[in-house]
Amino acid sequence: MSIPSDLKYTKEHEWLKVVADGQALIGITDFAQSSLGDITFVEMPEVGDTFAAGDTFGVVESVKAASDLFMPVEGEVVEVNEALEDAPETLNESPYEAGWILKLKLSDPSSAEELLEAGAYEAFTKE
Amino acid sequence: MITTAQRTPLFEFNQAHGGRMVEFAGWEMPVQYEGIVVEHKATRAAAGLFDVSHMGEATVQGPQAEEFLNSVLTNDVSQMDDGKALYSLMCYLTGGVVDDLLVYRKSKDSYLLCLNASNTEKDMAWLRQEAAAFDVDLEDVSKNYGLLALQGPKSFQILARLAELDLGKLAYYRFVEGKVGGVDCLISRTGYTGEKGVELFVGWDDTERLAEILLREGSPDGLVLAGLGARDSLRLEAGYSLYGHEIDEEISPVQAGLMWTVNLKTERNFIGRQAIEAEQLVGPRRRIVFFRTGGRQIARPGTEVVFEGETVGKVVSGTFSPILNEAIGSALVDAKLARCDALEVARRGKGTPIRRAKPPFLPLNPQG
Repeated sequence: MSIPSDLKYTKEHEWLKVVADGQALIGITDFAQSSLGDITFVEMPEVGDTFAAGDTFGVVESVKAASDLFMPVEGEVVEVNEALEDAPETLNESPYEAGWILKLKLSDPSSAEELLEAGAYEAFTKE
Repeated sequence: MITTAQRTPLFEFNQAHGGRMVEFAGWEMPVQYEGIVVEHKATRAAAGLFDVSHMGEATVQGPQAEEFLNSVLTNDVSQMDDGKALYSLMCYLTGGVVDDLLVYRKSKDSYLLCLNASNTEKDMAWLRQEAAAFDVDLEDVSKNYGLLALQGPKSFQILARLAELDLGKLAYYRFVEGKVGGVDCLISRTGYTGEKGVELFVGWDDTERLAEILLREGSPDGLVLAGLGARDSLRLEAGYSLYGHEIDEEISPVQAGLMWTVNLKTERNFIGRQAIEAEQLVGPRRRIVFFRTGGRQIARPGTEVVFEGETVGKVVSGTFSPILNEAIGSALVDAKLARCDALEVARRGKGTPIRRAKPPFLPLNPQG
């Protein structure tokens, strides 16, 4: 199970990667995609939507199950990965790279610091 | 978690081959190996090998075996000859369905039944109760048999290299007893995928050996192990009913569109006949319809079906068709709206239009 050390994680199996001043990419982890199996549908928010930490911002569905997506930190959506609409299997194939779901402008850039480090997330997945 | 789930003879085999095990109908079963979509596509393009050893088996033997079966089954067993397989329903007096099953006639006084795993205990109790008035012996032989389904356009070329018999003579819905890879089997030209294929009843302790042989022999042809996930998406694409979804104790054959399994041509009196005929006369109040969604989001079982803002039914099966790249399903709806083209499924407070489809969802030829 891949858990890159340069990302931040949540117990809901999202990852967050700070990319530039106050902006971050968000997606689901390798553990999440593997548990779901073949992902067939992704529902994403609109650019400009704002969310508080813990809000539901979308859904990923596999043949087996549907799973809500939870926002790791507060912020505003500045970009969504539209390629996922026609190729949701990208989430299975490349959860940390091509399978990013959205780019968020963080309300408080330091809020990402409160998320789990890779080691803590790995320990959580083994509980 | 303490699990009391039963294990098929392929439990270790399934784990060793990466099977992701889940509990289904009281059994630990592989929902997938490599992935549902891969397994589904491989079965349509080449071949899939399914462990369906959880299915129940029962023998019905004795001088009144035929009369007994004809008193409990909707289809007419007296039309069968030796070596014939027949799909039938078994109904309650109300017309609701006890189970759907396959009947294999070995001789006029000896039959094998193949039952749904989730219903085997209930079926046996029902059959025993109804058999009291007949000179027949019933036996639950579920633990004697493993069951492997070999399905797909390349299934016969794989089987031909292993079986000591002329497969060309094995017609659809017929069976023979013979050896596959040296292992004794009952080879049945049936299946649940819509593809050409066979189901192999094999001695419990021989099941793993047979699975190893088939996997080794079939891999070069593109055969893959396929789990319950692919089994479900394949059967729904083919438009086959699944007990607990399109049929159950309250969904009758009239409602399910399964009247082709109910033989009313003779005066034969079977349990449920009166109710079924009465329902046919007045028309069912609800019907199973199959539908396409036009999108990728699956309408899950239980989702409400809506017409002009009113709830008129519910989804009973829903999956993603990897061949159509589209979510498909079936629903139980008010019969007056069964032909309506303006139905919607309710999702997160908004309606998504669905389109009626006549199954199979793609051209399939299991008899080919």
